[in-house]
Amino acid sequence: MNLQPTPEDIAFRAEVRQFVREKLPADIRERVVGLRRIEREDYVRWQRILHERGWAAPGWPVEFGGTGWDATQRVIFEQECFAGGAPRQMPFGLSMVGPVIQAFGSPEQKARFLPRILTTDDWWCQGYSEPGAGSDLASLKTRAVRRGDKYVVDGQKIWTSFAHWADWIFCLVRTSSEARAQEGISFLLIDMKSPGITVRPIRTLDGGHDVNEVFFENVEVPVENIVGEENKGWTYAKFLLVHERSNIAGIGMCKRLLTRLKDVARREMRRGRPLIESPRFRDRIAKVEMELMAHEWSLMRMVAAEREKRDAGPQASALKIRSSEIQAELGQLLMDAVGPYALPYDELALAPGYDGPHAGPQHAEPLAGVYFDLRKVAIYGGTNEVQKNIIAKMVLGL
Amino acid sequence: MDFSLSDEQRMLADLVGRFVDKDYGFEARKASVAAPEGFLRQHWQTLADTGLLGLNVPEAHGGLGGTPADTVVVMEAFGRGLVVEPFLHNAVVAARLLADAGSPAQQQALLPALAAGERLFAVACLEPAGRYDLWHVDTRAQAVDGGWVLDGAKCTVHYGDTADVLVVSARTAGSAGDRDGISLFLVDPKADGVHVQGFPTFDGQRVAEVRLDGVKLGADALLGQAGGGYAVLEHAIDHGIVALCAEAVGAMQQLVDLTAEYLRTRKQFGKAIGSFQALQHRAAEMVISVEQARSAALMAAAHADDADAAERRRVVSAAKSLVGRCGRHVGETATQLHGGMGMTDEMLSGHYFKRLTGIDKTWGDSEHHAELFAETLQ
Repeated sequence: MNLQPTPEDIAFRAEVRQFVREKLPADIRERVVGLRRIEREDYVRWQRILHERGWAAPGWPVEFGGTGWDATQRVIFEQECFAGGAPRQMPFGLSMVGPVIQAFGSPEQKARFLPRILTTDDWWCQGYSEPGAGSDLASLKTRAVRRGDKYVVDGQKIWTSFAHWADWIFCLVRTSSEARAQEGISFLLIDMKSPGITVRPIRTLDGGHDVNEVFFENVEVPVENIVGEENKGWTYAKFLLVHERSNIAGIGMCKRLLTRLKDVARREMRRGRPLIESPRFRDRIAKVEMELMAHEWSLMRMVAAEREKRDAGPQASALKIRSSEIQAELGQLLMDAVGPYALPYDELALAPGYDGPHAGPQHAEPLAGVYFDLRKVAIYGGTNEVQKNIIAKMVLGL
Repeated sequence: MDFSLSDEQRMLADLVGRFVDKDYGFEARKASVAAPEGFLRQHWQTLADTGLLGLNVPEAHGGLGGTPADTVVVMEAFGRGLVVEPFLHNAVVAARLLADAGSPAQQQALLPALAAGERLFAVACLEPAGRYDLWHVDTRAQAVDGGWVLDGAKCTVHYGDTADVLVVSARTAGSAGDRDGISLFLVDPKADGVHVQGFPTFDGQRVAEVRLDGVKLGADALLGQAGGGYAVLEHAIDHGIVALCAEAVGAMQQLVDLTAEYLRTRKQFGKAIGSFQALQHRAAEMVISVEQARSAALMAAAHADDADAAERRRVVSAAKSLVGRCGRHVGETATQLHGGMGMTDEMLSGHYFKRLTGIDKTWGDSEHHAELFAETLQ
C-alpha cells in the first residue's frame, strides 16, 4: 500500500488546475459556480477549448483522439475541472456511445462518428428508458423492423436528457420478440432530424427542461447504423454501463456543491453572525464534508480496483448510493442556508441575460431548484433500491 | 496511489491471519477475556515471538519500523478476530510515544523490552473531568530536587492494571484546558502513592482508574520536553485512532459476513430470510457502511504523519467520527437481522457489536471528533 499521491499525480493536478484557471471563460464559470442554468452553447464552447488542448476525451485511447489517461488521471482531471468551475463534459457521446462504437462499431462508424464527438459537432442523447421500461430496462418495446436496407422504428423513449439539443440518439430497440427479453435487443444510431421523430419536453420539479419524451413513428434508419450484430444490443448496453464508472461517484459535483454551500453560509447572516458560525448549521456542513472525504477515498479505491482488473461492480453500487445521499444532503443544506429567501423562485431569473427584479440575494435564487433537482440522483442510473438489490446479490449472496 | 499489499504487508497479513484463525477461535477468545489479567500471556508471547509487538519500534531498537499502513493490515485482522490482547496500547501508542519522545537511554531501556513483550505499557491520558479532551490535564507534576512529584487522577486507562509502565500526562505549567504546559512521565505503578484499580469493560477489555498521590519520580522519568508533551501525545493517539479505525473495519467486515451467512441459512415462512427484500436492503446498507469505514481508515492512515498537524487533526477526526457512526450502524443492524438470537451472548454478532461500540468510546466518540472537525471549518 502506498497511500500518498505520486509526484506525477501532483504535477498533473497543478497542470490541469492552471489550464482551467486560464482558459475557462469567466461568464461560463460564473454561471456554473452560481448553480445557474448552463446552455448548450456553454457546453460546446468549453468542450472545444478542451479539444484544442488535446483533452477532449479523457477516457478514450489515443488512437481515437483521446488522452490515453489512466483512471487516476481521469479522476484528477474531473476534480480539477469541477473545482475550477467548468461545466461537466456531457457523457452521452464521450462516455456512452463513443466507447461502444470504439469496441463494437464498424470502421465506417468509427470514422464517421468519433471525431464529431470530440468537438461536439454531434450532440448525442441516450434512448434507453421507456414508459414501461425503467428499472426493468429489458422489457423495452420500441420496435425496429428490417425492411430492405432500412430499419423502421416505432415506439417511445422517455427521460431522454437533452434530446432537444441532440443531433443523434443511440437507442436500444427490439428487433426480435422470440427469445429472452435481453436477446432480442439491438443498438441503433438514429439521426434526430429523421422524419417521424417528435421531441416533447418534460418539465421537472425545478421548473427546468433537461429531459424529454422522444416519439418514433415509422422512422427509417439505414441498416449501416446498427452497432455490432442484430439482437446483441443488450451486451453492448451492459458494456456501456460499466464504462467510465468513475463518473458514478459524482465527486466533482459533490465538491462543487460543498464549496458553494460554504460560500453561501459565509455570506448569509444569522443573529448578526455568519451562518457558518452557527453551531447547528456548522455541524451539518461538517457531517456531510466528512462523508465526502471518505467518499473520495472510496472512489480512489474503486479506480485502483479497476486498474488492477478486479471486479468493482458492487463497489460502484455503494458509491452511487453514497453519492446520491451526499448530493441530496448538500442540496438540502444549500436551500436551508438561505432561509425564507429559498421561497421566491422564478425559472426565468436563472437564465443568462435576465435583467428583471430580484427578491433576495442572487445567490439564493437557484437553490430551491437545486434541492428539488438533486432528488434525481437516487433515481437515475439504476435507483438506489436497485443498487441495493445488486449488493445483496453480488456481495452477500442473498 | 496503490491499495494492494506489498510483499512485506502480504507476509504480515498472513502472519496475523494465521494467529487469528488458528490460535484465536471464539472459545480461545473467551479464555483470554476470562483470564484474571483480561488477556493471556501465552498469546502475548506469540505476538512477541513473531515480531509483531515490534511493528512500530524503530529497526535500530530491534523492531520492524512499520508504517501506519502496516498497522492497518495488522489491526484489521485483529478486529476480525476480536483480539483483546493490548497490542494497540503497547505496539502502536506506547511504541510511538517512546520512539518520538524518548531519550536515547529511555529508548534503549524500553523499546527492545516492549518489542520482546517483556514489559507492558499503558497510556494514562484521560481525566474524569475532561471526557475525551486529551488537553484537559489537571494532574500536576511539580519539579523538585532531583525529579518530580505527581498528584492527580487518570481515568479509563486501558490495561492500566497489568502495565509495568504507565505513561502519564501531567501538567507542569498552565491550567487544565491549555495545550501548552503538558508533560509526559514514565511511572512505575508499584511506586508509592500510585493506586490502580482495574475494571472490566462491556467489550471484554480492561480499564483502570489511576490515582497519583504525591508520587515521587526521578528526573529520568520525564518523557520528552517538559511542557511540550501535548503534540507528541496527540500524534501518538492519532496513530492509535488509525489503528482503532482499522480494527473497526475488520470487525465490521466480519459482522457483515456473519450476518449474510445467517440470512442465507435461517429459514422462516419456508424460505431463507435473506430472500426478503426488506432484509436484503438493510444488509446492503451494512456493506455500504463498511466500505465507507474502510475508506475512512485508509484516509486516516495516509494522513497520520502529515507535517501539517492541523490537516492531520481534520482528517483523523473525520475518520474516527465516520468509523464510529458506521460501526454503530453495522452493529445495530446486525443485531436486528439476527432477530432474538442477536440478543444472546452465545451469538458472535453481539460481541462484535459490543467491540464496535467500545471502539467508539475510545479516544473520542463520533460526536467528539465531529466537533473537532467542525471547529476547523472556515
